[in-house]
Amino acid sequence: MAFNGHQRDDESINEDETPTEQPQSNKEMPGCFSNDPNNEAAASAGRATSDRRTSYSTARQRSDSVKKTRPPFPWFGMDIGGTLVKLVYFEPKDITAEEEQEEVENLKSIRRYLTSNTAYGKTGIRDVHLELQDLTLCGRTGNLHFIRFPTHDLPAFLQMGRNKHFSSLHTTLCATGGGAYKFEADFRMMADLQLHKLDELDCLIRGVLYIDSVVSSGPSECYYFENPTDPDRCIQRPYTLENPYPLLLVNIGSGVSILAVYSENNYKRVTGTSLGGGTFLGLCCLLTGCSTFEEALEMASEGESTRVDKLVRDIYGGDYESFGNMMSKDKRESVSKEDLARATLVTITNNIGSITRMCALNENIERVVFVGNFLRVNTLSMKLLAYAMDYWSKGQLKALFLHHEGYFGAVGALLELLHPS
Amino acid sequence: MAEFVRVDSSTSGHTMDKSITLPPDEIFRNLENAKRFAIDIGGSLTKLAYYSTVQHKVAKVRSFDHTTKEATGDNLYEISMQEEVTARLHFIKFENAYIETCLDFVKDHLVNTETKVIKATVDKEDEMTCLIKGCNFVLRNIPHEAFVYAKHADSEFRFQTTQPDIFPYLLVNIGSGVSIVKVESEDKFERIGGSSIGGGTFWGLGALLTKTKRFDELLQLASKGQHTSVDMLVKDIYGGSYGSLGLTGDLIASSFGKSATADKEFSKEDMAKSLLHMISNDIGQLACLYAKLHNLSRVYFGGFFIRGHPGEVQALFLRHEGYLGAIGAFLKGAEEDRSSGLMSVSPEMYPMQRARSGTFDMLEMDRLEGKLVNLPLLQDASSYIPDTVDLTEDAHAREYWLYCFEEALDGVVQRAVASQPDMPEAAERAEKFRQKYRHKLQTLRHQPLVLLFSPSAYGSLTVRSLLDTREHCLNEFNFPDPYSKIKQRENDMALKYYQKAVKCLDELSWEERQYALVRGVLAGNVFDWGAKAVSDVLESDPEFGFEQAKRQLEERPWLVDSYDQWFERLKGPPHKCAMFFVDNSGVDIILGVMPFVRELLSRGTEVVLASNSGPALNDVTNGELQILTESIAAMDPVVQAGLREDRLTLVQSGSSSPCLDLSRLDKVLAMVVRERKTDLVIIEGMGRAIHTNYYAMLSCESLKMAVIKNSWLADRLGGKLFSVVFKYEVPATSQHSAALTPS
Repeated sequence: MAFNGHQRDDESINEDETPTEQPQSNKEMPGCFSNDPNNEAAASAGRATSDRRTSYSTARQRSDSVKKTRPPFPWFGMDIGGTLVKLVYFEPKDITAEEEQEEVENLKSIRRYLTSNTAYGKTGIRDVHLELQDLTLCGRTGNLHFIRFPTHDLPAFLQMGRNKHFSSLHTTLCATGGGAYKFEADFRMMADLQLHKLDELDCLIRGVLYIDSVVSSGPSECYYFENPTDPDRCIQRPYTLENPYPLLLVNIGSGVSILAVYSENNYKRVTGTSLGGGTFLGLCCLLTGCSTFEEALEMASEGESTRVDKLVRDIYGGDYESFGNMMSKDKRESVSKEDLARATLVTITNNIGSITRMCALNENIERVVFVGNFLRVNTLSMKLLAYAMDYWSKGQLKALFLHHEGYFGAVGALLELLHPS
Repeated sequence: MAEFVRVDSSTSGHTMDKSITLPPDEIFRNLENAKRFAIDIGGSLTKLAYYSTVQHKVAKVRSFDHTTKEATGDNLYEISMQEEVTARLHFIKFENAYIETCLDFVKDHLVNTETKVIKATVDKEDEMTCLIKGCNFVLRNIPHEAFVYAKHADSEFRFQTTQPDIFPYLLVNIGSGVSIVKVESEDKFERIGGSSIGGGTFWGLGALLTKTKRFDELLQLASKGQHTSVDMLVKDIYGGSYGSLGLTGDLIASSFGKSATADKEFSKEDMAKSLLHMISNDIGQLACLYAKLHNLSRVYFGGFFIRGHPGEVQALFLRHEGYLGAIGAFLKGAEEDRSSGLMSVSPEMYPMQRARSGTFDMLEMDRLEGKLVNLPLLQDASSYIPDTVDLTEDAHAREYWLYCFEEALDGVVQRAVASQPDMPEAAERAEKFRQKYRHKLQTLRHQPLVLLFSPSAYGSLTVRSLLDTREHCLNEFNFPDPYSKIKQRENDMALKYYQKAVKCLDELSWEERQYALVRGVLAGNVFDWGAKAVSDVLESDPEFGFEQAKRQLEERPWLVDSYDQWFERLKGPPHKCAMFFVDNSGVDIILGVMPFVRELLSRGTEVVLASNSGPALNDVTNGELQILTESIAAMDPVVQAGLREDRLTLVQSGSSSPCLDLSRLDKVLAMVVRERKTDLVIIEGMGRAIHTNYYAMLSCESLKMAVIKNSWLADRLGGKLFSVVFKYEVPATSQHSAALTPS
């Protein structure tokens, strides 16, 4: 990425599928113990730090007591969005020999299929670098896997579920996102699966708070950009999201939702915009003939948006107008696909930044967390957002980012399976 | 038609079309007398404004000097056509590619090269000043300038009346980019934000996506497209609505969200529509956020093509959105150069014409001679809406009236030709008028969507606007007063009968006379060429008499009947002063209104007769009424005494419409109302008392009288043809006049 002479940071999201990060160890899931009054208070306060003091043995004992209420494996959480389906899968690593014998073949086969591959079919991908290892969930220890595939391939996924007799496992499939509603009947008809539908914003917030709480060692889940207005000194830094409230949560998927979060259970959707990741990809496909997000981003990273955007300095000096130069035929002919992709990315990103900033001012909130798959491998947009927040607020607003970008809704759905709220 | 060929393209980087065909005479009208120019060159569009004088024909009436026996025949007065010069502002908007061609044309066609001031809005601050100035001007001066757009409301457009209190407001000016300006007073404003996604984005991205070069063509494409094939809607994700958040299924979740695929083709129309939605919504959203942050409840959108965005703030759109900068530049230039004496700082303008010719959008405004003001007796001027039915929201009424106006068109054309028997080319002009007006009607009739896509071109659609547009069109083709001869003949005829009518009335008892006077006004009002049902009868039987009209009238109880209250009131003390808004000439004014006025004068009430400043249909004009009143005074001592003692006064209304807008009246009229402490307002006729003002609330007693001469309207109001509306109202709040009102 040669954008403004930036070097790729070590911590930036890796596009390779092999994990670069060390497995993250020994996390406890707070919500599972809410039967315990001590922990309930901590959990409802939305912070999990106190739970980490819980010793392994007590946890084990307690988990034995909750064993009866623990749902049977497999544990999935699913978020079916407009463009992507996000799936989180908990792989238990503490299976006893006894359990191993009891385990039905179907379950074993699903586990092996998911964990031994990093790609499924033509379009399914496991984000190995995001995997959370040695995580303790409801008294079970294992790895949390993050998988995604395009929503239009959902029929193939359902077919696979049918082939693997998923329905015989009598599991509850917790799903959120609009697709949970749209495809509910398909799940039933094609795979004989009953969905437990969940609100996507509830899940999103729950997922964000959980992931942030369990990722304590290794690279911090949350990070920001230092010196965002100075390209030469702009670097990614970890951020501790302690006392996160109030918080403006900007979820950039196909479209954008902006939430003001005051506590885990108290939030409101402030606004949204239809100019989101779907718009970027949709326009790029039309303008450049590309077909994937990765392709579009690749082109954007090589392009130059000022050739496309009409600089107002052409007229006055100052601001710019998105795509303004494209009013002229000559300029339309001289522009490259890369420039167009870049201009589209910059336009969409700056617009989100602008709306976010206004919401932050209106809601009087200084901390802004950007999530959603638009930001996946999209350092350019993140830096633009960081720049916009910092510049326009004269340093008052802080743009924060999370490594698990698009998976929080799915994580929230999984948590709902393990601990119905 | 002339062809313009751009010869030299060396100076500017961007190419221009090699040839641009334009009808220059139609676009740059009245250029030879142009006195002042203002030009506003934006990022993509140029707006040109110029002021020039235009000559047009007006009909004048002049009394014959009867003492010298100059008169030929029996006519009371003569009618003559005169040339009058009025000041007119012209606005033209076009794409920047045409700048050189247009300026060359303008330069070549200027006759007088000395007094030109070219005021170009170039630097940023200046542009902003011009913009605000223009915006303040149109908000203050042009009726129905602002309108509200509500996507899911019954009526998608709602127009705002002019308000004296316009501040503070947020102005969202959409040029190539978007500027958001907080305006606190005439001179105090601040740019508080902006966006790079604006008209330039629409044009630039639109050109890339659709290979369509012209801005107007892009808008055209967009108007035919379906954005749902390109946009990802909430229902595409959810299968329906997202109920818990109250997001409906039709809401756009992701603009262009469905085009993220390499193997599908999308139509140009659909992409243009989606782009338009995307940009409009985005601007609307930002505007809402800024308004909220700055605690402003009114947001005006100016500049481009915008449509609304739901929110807590009221989004108001300006009809003359694109011209604010040019109007402001023009006004600013006028201020800086007062020596020319051409313009006052805040000239009164009246929107005249708006037309589109391909990529050129034109607007013309005439300067008014007098200032127009509210009737001081309006109960609440800020909420007053003249029109009874808004045809934009009433599809049945719209259909009927558009049909009705089209049906009546032949008659109007015939009378227009007949009014100018000495002019051989009158038939040709009348035909042009017919085509123009019919085109307008048909556009509205067959594409009611026009209202949706360009309400700006029409303002609100009401019976009044249809009538007024017809008058404007007639004027444009030099038919200043098609009814002049008919009015003259009818006035002459009715005058002969005046004394007999008065004598009959005087023979009645007081009680009988009060009723007969009201019936007289109503019967007189049947004589109306504006109503199709009546003009048929009048055309076929010119002898249709006053007595016959009385027999046609509905018997009491009338459709709306508060005669008993009126009669009771008459037993009480006389009114101090009555303002009578009169309607038709001929029998109506002479045999209906004048005897009624005479009775009021006899009771000791002063009377002010308010008539049209200029002609409209067969309505009596102020000029005609002066002559008629003098003629009646010569026969009638009561009227004569009234004139002599200044208890009977004639004023002009300031209007040339068959309808009546009580918020735009001549300022002299308003002054008289105040000075004479007017405590009774009488409004007569279908145009003034039913199509308009039926619901108008006044702070004094009022009497609205009309005969319904249209069977559809009668049917709708629950009556029949020639049903009577007699509406006498006493305001609940006017306790100060309680002493005058019987309990």
